[in-house]
Amino acid sequence: MIEVNHVTRYFGRVMAVDDVSFQVGKGEIVGFLGPNAAGKTTTMRILTTFLPASKGTASVAGFDVHEQSMDVRKRIGYLPENPPLYLEMRVIDYLDFVAKIKGVDSKNRKKAVNEAMGKTAITNVSNRVIKTLSKGYKQRVGLAQALVHNPDVLVLDEPTVGLDPKQIIEVRELIKALAGNHTIILSTHILPEVSMTCERVVIIDKGKVVAEDTPENLTRKVTGSQRLTLSVRGPVEEVKQTLMNQQGILKVKSTASGDGKDVTTFVVESKPDGEIRPALAKTIIGRGWDLFEMVPESMSLEDVFLHLTTKEEGAAQ
Amino acid sequence: MRNFLAILNREVKSYFSSPIAYVVIGLFLLVSGIFFYLIVSNFVQICMRADMEAQYYRMAPPKLNVNMMAIRPILHNMSLFALFFLPLVTMRLYSDEKKSGTIELLQTSPVTNLQSILGKFAAGSVLYLIMLGFTAMYMVLLFIYGKPEFGPILTGYLGLLLLGLSYVSFGVFFSTLTDNQIIAAVSTVTFILFFWAVGWVSGFVSPAIGSALSSFSLIEHFEDFAKGILDTKHVIYYLSFITMGLFLSFVSIESARWRGR
Repeated sequence: MIEVNHVTRYFGRVMAVDDVSFQVGKGEIVGFLGPNAAGKTTTMRILTTFLPASKGTASVAGFDVHEQSMDVRKRIGYLPENPPLYLEMRVIDYLDFVAKIKGVDSKNRKKAVNEAMGKTAITNVSNRVIKTLSKGYKQRVGLAQALVHNPDVLVLDEPTVGLDPKQIIEVRELIKALAGNHTIILSTHILPEVSMTCERVVIIDKGKVVAEDTPENLTRKVTGSQRLTLSVRGPVEEVKQTLMNQQGILKVKSTASGDGKDVTTFVVESKPDGEIRPALAKTIIGRGWDLFEMVPESMSLEDVFLHLTTKEEGAAQ
Repeated sequence: MRNFLAILNREVKSYFSSPIAYVVIGLFLLVSGIFFYLIVSNFVQICMRADMEAQYYRMAPPKLNVNMMAIRPILHNMSLFALFFLPLVTMRLYSDEKKSGTIELLQTSPVTNLQSILGKFAAGSVLYLIMLGFTAMYMVLLFIYGKPEFGPILTGYLGLLLLGLSYVSFGVFFSTLTDNQIIAAVSTVTFILFFWAVGWVSGFVSPAIGSALSSFSLIEHFEDFAKGILDTKHVIYYLSFITMGLFLSFVSIESARWRGR
């Protein structure tokens, strides 16, 4: 549905996007992940025909973004980082205007506007002037704007930025619900968002694609070890020594005791294969110490992301 | 056509859903109304004095021409007020879209740049037409209390219309250049003032250059309209001026897209 081939974009002498290529299949949700100024927005702007690429080609639904930009524009819904709202308009008039310029004919326009408002749960504010809406509602109006002409492809630039936690969850649910009917590409620098909503992640840093896979695979690939957090009451040095002698353990770190009642927290790193938890628990109990907690710590996408983007930096130096 | 109308409609509504339209139209009418009053009462005084002098010398009272002595200066005044008011109408057309980010909606929708430029130009023009339309009531007053000639008023208004559309066209252009409305307005006023005054230097330079310069002047071409003369060369001058402004807007938007501003 979306194809990006060796796209490069310069702003003057600054290279914002450097030879980026990726594909998105029909009905997929792809997360576009990267630190600020990584080139996410520029790539999205090229896809939505807002900016031309300096080099390379991109196509949406089989239409070239440069040569057939009007065909692309009809099939794409775009929510830029700042929702493009005419603040002095009422919600319903605004959506009607967007539907009009997106090419929805006058017969279906009212229905299209109502559907978009229904999907984004803004029907109750349809007669309000956009200026008077809260940030969360404005964001949803922005989303409704991208949906109103029922486009094949949705391009969402940081759709949850500036929302409160409840609204964030709602927007994520909405995006998930939209998948299947629409191909979605969304950018974010909030990592849990990607693992929660996206089937595939493209990590971009300094204008380059540094990794592309499912969130689970990425985590597995980068993680070289498992981590456990243990809370144990007992003599700190002795516990540490015992844990180190356990099979498969790579590293043990004791941190400050939790609440000053002799309970110490240990972070244990072990080899990625094999389950060590039952053995560990038995040993600790067997020595007469008290085991309060044992929590496996999987490496979050956050760590993966940091790993990838900082490794890049290290390599460059 | 549908896109053009959609944009025109949205822009005009936006003028009237904010105080802009009411303030600009209202103040334009206030200022031109004050000057209408001053010019007409001055004309009435001259008429009365002339009548008294005629009685004193036992002559027939002179026929003073209201078209020449009152309407022409009123038209000239309005052309000047429009110069200062219209850039305030046009300054937001693109600057505001750039600042608020709605330009991203416009330029990722299946609307061509030409459609959006024409839509915005037409919206500014509609506002100007409304301004001009209201000033027609001053002329109605003159018809009630006097006998002005209708022809010169009509050509005068045609001249005002063409002149104002020239302002609007370049107002659109300067608005494409910046996301700052003040800068857009000030550059429009400066640019138009330059084209307004360029004919004034003709007295100081050689006649050939002088006449060339004054043929560029926005106001020189207005003279004939105000006098009641309809000459195609003036019409063509204004139409070229308007087209130039729209063309430059088009180039500016396309170039901004490539530069990524």
